[in-house]
Amino acid sequence: MINPNKKRLRRTMMFLSAQKPGLIKDPYIYKPDSIMLDLEDAVAENQKDVARFSLFHALRTIDYRGCERVVRINGLDTPYWKEDIRCSVAGGCDAIRIPKTECASDVMLVEREVEHAEMEFDRPQGSVLIMAAIESARGVIKALDICEASGRLFGIALSGGDYTKDLQTHITGTGIELMGARQNMVIAARAAEVQCFDTVYTDLNNMEGYRQDVENIHLMGFDGKSIINPRQINIVHEIFTPSQKDIIFAEKVVKEIEDKKAKGIGVFTVDDKMIDIAFYDGAKRTIKLAKASGVYKGDL
Amino acid sequence: MEIIKPAVAGTLESSDCQVTVEAGEGKIDFSLESSVINQYGNQIRRVVFETLENMEVKNVRITIIDKGALDCTIRARVEGAVFRSVGQIDNLPWGGAIR
Amino acid sequence: MINAVGRDIPEEILELTGKEVFHGNHYYDGYVYKKDGPNTKCVINSIGSKLVTSIKEALEKCEIRDGMTLGFHHHFREGDYIVNMVMEEVHRMGIKDITICASSLGKAHDPIVPYIEDGTITNIQSSGVRGKIGEAISNGKLKGLAIMRSHGGRVRAIESGEIRIDIAFIGTPTCDEYGNCRGIGGKSNCGVLSYAMVDGDHADKVVAITDCLVPFPNFPAHISMTKVDYVVKVDEIGNSEKIATGAAKPTTDMRKLMMAEYCTQFIINSPYFKDGFSYQTGVGGASIASTISLAKIMKERNVRMRFGVGGLTKPMCDLLINNQVDALLDTQDFDLSAVESVKNLRHFRISVGEYADPFNKGAVVNKLDFVILAALEVDVHFNCNVVVGSNGMITGAQGGHPDTAAGAKCTIVIAPLLQGRIPAICTDVTTVTTPGESVDVVITDYGIAINPRRQDLIEAMKDAELPFKTIEELRNIAYSIAGEPDKVQFGKRIVGIIESRDGTIMDVVRQIKPFKFAEE
Repeated sequence: MINPNKKRLRRTMMFLSAQKPGLIKDPYIYKPDSIMLDLEDAVAENQKDVARFSLFHALRTIDYRGCERVVRINGLDTPYWKEDIRCSVAGGCDAIRIPKTECASDVMLVEREVEHAEMEFDRPQGSVLIMAAIESARGVIKALDICEASGRLFGIALSGGDYTKDLQTHITGTGIELMGARQNMVIAARAAEVQCFDTVYTDLNNMEGYRQDVENIHLMGFDGKSIINPRQINIVHEIFTPSQKDIIFAEKVVKEIEDKKAKGIGVFTVDDKMIDIAFYDGAKRTIKLAKASGVYKGDL
Repeated sequence: MEIIKPAVAGTLESSDCQVTVEAGEGKIDFSLESSVINQYGNQIRRVVFETLENMEVKNVRITIIDKGALDCTIRARVEGAVFRSVGQIDNLPWGGAIR
Repeated sequence: MINAVGRDIPEEILELTGKEVFHGNHYYDGYVYKKDGPNTKCVINSIGSKLVTSIKEALEKCEIRDGMTLGFHHHFREGDYIVNMVMEEVHRMGIKDITICASSLGKAHDPIVPYIEDGTITNIQSSGVRGKIGEAISNGKLKGLAIMRSHGGRVRAIESGEIRIDIAFIGTPTCDEYGNCRGIGGKSNCGVLSYAMVDGDHADKVVAITDCLVPFPNFPAHISMTKVDYVVKVDEIGNSEKIATGAAKPTTDMRKLMMAEYCTQFIINSPYFKDGFSYQTGVGGASIASTISLAKIMKERNVRMRFGVGGLTKPMCDLLINNQVDALLDTQDFDLSAVESVKNLRHFRISVGEYADPFNKGAVVNKLDFVILAALEVDVHFNCNVVVGSNGMITGAQGGHPDTAAGAKCTIVIAPLLQGRIPAICTDVTTVTTPGESVDVVITDYGIAINPRRQDLIEAMKDAELPFKTIEELRNIAYSIAGEPDKVQFGKRIVGIIESRDGTIMDVVRQIKPFKFAEE
């Protein structure tokens, strides 16, 4: 079965510690597209056991009002990850995020556990999606393999902190140290027709730098960004949501191409711009994104 | 389930609660300190007893310091303390005794 | 007897106080009465100085005796030393049965609790109380009935003679030996003395207490020597760090910023947002954030504010500095920027009578377009509670809440839907302090509810892209998350009343009772 949510809108994915009741009780009021309930780095080693109970009941009882619920499990090199998957799947999560993914077999390993858990807890096969976080040079090089490792995998995400350490550099705020990884991952994700998400921006006081970062990754082709504070959400949505000007133009392009095609005309102009069939998919995508973002009022 | 050793789960942060379990004297011995006891004392008690019943814990001294936790957090902390007390961290009965 | 907000006020309380139940905001409109004046002891002998050596001497000269009423103001907020100093002396003199009539009391006054317990103080009338005094009253330790009055209500009670202040103690940052008081200068600079003005006008005896004596004349006086009987110089009248704090950093809490943004959007979409509008706001994070974002939009749209009023903070004073408002009418200064701003020629000091007294020939609050307020609880009838906490204890103050809400054309209350687990939007507030007829809009992090009494506002907002809900929907969301709360269990004895602005009874406050589980 193909999970209908595999290609859903994911402009923002907000990190929240699964162990913090004050954080997980109502993050939906800030309207992120996805929340990422973290069992990994945000949970101290001696709280790994109790964090799962908190996660399980949050998934079971809190109405997240349409936000996708992704759980970041502990690394495959820890004793926790299998039970993390059982707990998450039993609780009813939408997706599992694999940290430190190095190769396709990491994804397949998780896929197998997810399948078992779906069976054990009576969830439809394929209902739980997977995403892979890439945090190393090796992971970046293997990005295409990772993207193609499982039909459940909806996307890959760059985790900049660990990646820059592996690369023997550090986060500069300019993005220069992330250039190669970002480019490589977007290309791999597009080739495999999955989504691609950018790393977090940690300097909460530099909102201008943040905005520049989001504008850059938007132009690079990313689908969304990881978020660490609700204040960061609106800027991403603003930049990733088509403007009314873009929407109107896309509408004209779609309508004109359909109209001109019927008349056998291949090349023509819309608002003084030369248009042909190659513009069709892009314009359709703009309309789709506008619809998903809730800003489309037209009739296409 | 039988409480084996004393165990604690949860914190004293706002919206959380700290649950301590110890071996009881043949019954459920419940004590609650809560910032919302006037409005939710009865509901908290109900949730705690129900959670213990689901795990078949009948013999426990349970002490809760609550800072306005929602029911889902109270359940999680009670279960967290009980499973810590018996030292079980894998193969937990999700959706069974934990529900 | 059931009042206009549906609260049952027991007959015994009506008999005891001689008051009526609340009949609605405009029940006393057009009422005619004669204002009460003070007994005045003339000072003709020209060599007289009003300086006395100590508070004790002042008390003796004022002929303090059992059963008297003493007046205090709260311009020094949580930094006030005056109430404690005076009451310590009163206690030492063995005086009993004192009524404290303060514009407000806070945690700074915890030390007077033993005087409540030993009968030195038997009645308290205040805008509200916090800390240990609130606990003492809620635990039934005060012999008489606590009366909670709004700022305007206190002026009304004094001017109408309902309460006569025998001796008023006016802590003043600067004073000369003849009693000219100013709210600015000295070590305990609080900017204005608005709350104390009515005490100056109506108390039989007025004692000015300062820690900064200046040469005569201390002009222009905020409270004139013509009203002051004695002047006392003490070492310290307050803790300046707690009187006017540094300006609060604008909040970075997204929940508050979101509510602030809703508030700003509501304001600018309302028919009252136009050149020459008037505005009051509070000191909460969301109120301050809202003022900052409103200022930005005023600039963009070239809309100017005619006046801002009330307790002031930096963002309000910035409007004056940036020439976005014609005048500020000041009753209290919350931060150093506000104190500093008092120097500005378009920053006017006003008395709390001018500000909010319903028994005036019109108060400034009546000219307000917008007021932004907070609340502990708001119910589905839009009644607000700002005095009684979720544990049943008295823990807040009416302040100008009921006054501004009644006066303003558009009263906006901002409250997060849940305070911890406690729903701020509920079926019935624990205690009514501001009636629903005064409250037009409630803004929460989960949505905005307009009072159905305001069909005009509902109509005006129909194209605004804001998350409108009914107040019942908001309540239902709160209950679905937190569970439906039980009512606080109170004892029988009534320990206090919530007085409406016009002196009628809005609600009663009962003694608290230790919590008991329904089943053991």
